[in-house]
Amino acid sequence: MDNIKAKLTVKSKSSKREMNGKIISMFCTTIIVVLVISLIGFIASKGIAIFVVDKVNIFDFLTHSVWSADKTDSQGRPLLGALPMIVGSFGVTFLATIIATPFAVAAAIFMTEISPKLGNKVLQPVIELLVGIPSVVYGFIGVSVVVPLVRKMFGGSGFGILAGTFVLFVMILPTITSMSIDALKAVPRHYREAALAVGATRWQTISRVVLKAGAPGLFTAVVFGMARAFGEALAVQMVIGNAMLLPQNLISPASTLTSVLTMNMGNTVMGTTSNNALWSLALLLLLMSLLFNSLVKFIAKKGTL
Amino acid sequence: MTKKAALSASDVHLFYGQKEALKGITLDCYENEITALIGPSGCGKSTFLRTLNRMNDLIPGVTITGNVKVNEQNIYAPNTDTVELRKKVGMVFQQPNPFPFSIYENVVFGLRLAGIKDRAVLDQAVEKSLKAAAVWDDVKDKLNESALALSGGQQQRVCIARVLAVKPDIILMDEPTSALDPVSSAKIENMMMELKQDYTIVTVTHNMQQASRISDRTAFFLNGELIEVDKTKNIFLDPKNQQTEDYISGKFG
Repeated sequence: MDNIKAKLTVKSKSSKREMNGKIISMFCTTIIVVLVISLIGFIASKGIAIFVVDKVNIFDFLTHSVWSADKTDSQGRPLLGALPMIVGSFGVTFLATIIATPFAVAAAIFMTEISPKLGNKVLQPVIELLVGIPSVVYGFIGVSVVVPLVRKMFGGSGFGILAGTFVLFVMILPTITSMSIDALKAVPRHYREAALAVGATRWQTISRVVLKAGAPGLFTAVVFGMARAFGEALAVQMVIGNAMLLPQNLISPASTLTSVLTMNMGNTVMGTTSNNALWSLALLLLLMSLLFNSLVKFIAKKGTL
Repeated sequence: MTKKAALSASDVHLFYGQKEALKGITLDCYENEITALIGPSGCGKSTFLRTLNRMNDLIPGVTITGNVKVNEQNIYAPNTDTVELRKKVGMVFQQPNPFPFSIYENVVFGLRLAGIKDRAVLDQAVEKSLKAAAVWDDVKDKLNESALALSGGQQQRVCIARVLAVKPDIILMDEPTSALDPVSSAKIENMMMELKQDYTIVTVTHNMQQASRISDRTAFFLNGELIEVDKTKNIFLDPKNQQTEDYISGKFG
């Protein structure tokens, strides 16, 4: 009896091990959470300095188009209008997404519905390869191939939103494609059978059932693609021309939130107005990616009914 | 009175790769009758049912020999239009599989495929099909709500209405009640008895009581072979084959 009691009250080796495992995973999770929270806190505190310390009007910041930290307006506030960068970022993001989505969805349809065998053998490795190429390589190709091509075809210097769009198109294509493939694969097989059983052709099955049932997943894929495009810095910076001017057309040099950051972050002194101004752009980027993330969550929730 | 065979399979062999799943099935299904296919799991009854509207074509590695005639037309002839075939030979599946659309859009799906846009025609087809599928009273006030919000039994009847809307001659049912509760099953059984006035029905069931209740003729499958087919009464009361007798008396299954 006593023996059993002793056995039951003393912790066994495996239950100790379980405890250890729990502690370790809790510890790691906590570190990640603390890291994320402090990161957001740090960027936020730095990012709002320009509005609190330097008294820049938020509305002016979002709508004015002169970005010059060392010049001041009549009230002595620095001239910081981020509109050119905001327009540049959204411009390249939306254009690249609009171009990439049809290709990505078509590739996903090919892979899931038309020829899974060929798709798995050829398309999948190609997509994985595209994901693995570093962005500086994309940027380099952009500078040496895309920019001259744009210059030849449309005139101007070649640097600008159009070149940025083309580079980003290739960069987000694999993201949207592979997520679209997952979305279409998740459409239950019995939807397809049901459609065929009432006399649908293959194309009718794809267009009226599979794409419709997979729509939430496809939207998520597109939003992820946009988030990637919005956050891409290096490759875009190499081809967009980096002029902090409101873009007049698609081939005039422009800039994005990210490209301004990569161009200037090494050239400012911590705590100065121009440095604070960069932090505010970083905050804007962070808020945008939070927005993209919540959009994805929202779509996922709606998609499950 | 000799009835006309709506469906006539002769010497159908089906191979999954090298494995022979159907070993020469010859079977007639008569007009306005319910033919029940019974047999233990893996005996080939569902596989056979799916050869009747060429649903097995979708599975890679399947080879089929022999022929199946629907209204005197061999559906395995090389120039067969499977899309047209499946309009004539509709299919209801084991799991209720409504699309994630509204009830209305589910029922008119087949009509929209055919390019019918006239609202009055569609409305009429929805009411008629849902009534024939004995689910009109349950759903008439929520036609624009998602079909996925219905109960399993209601979903299955909406799926049957979806098949009825395209006006098939023959309806194939693959264990249509096996995923449902007894009350829903009884409703579907009653509906099938009503439907056979206008349609020819071939149903797979693992429920022998169901086969004896609703079918006119019963075919017993075992290991890919058709062991015996006869009037349901004869199969259950006076089977000619020892294996049939063993199966229906519960000696194996």
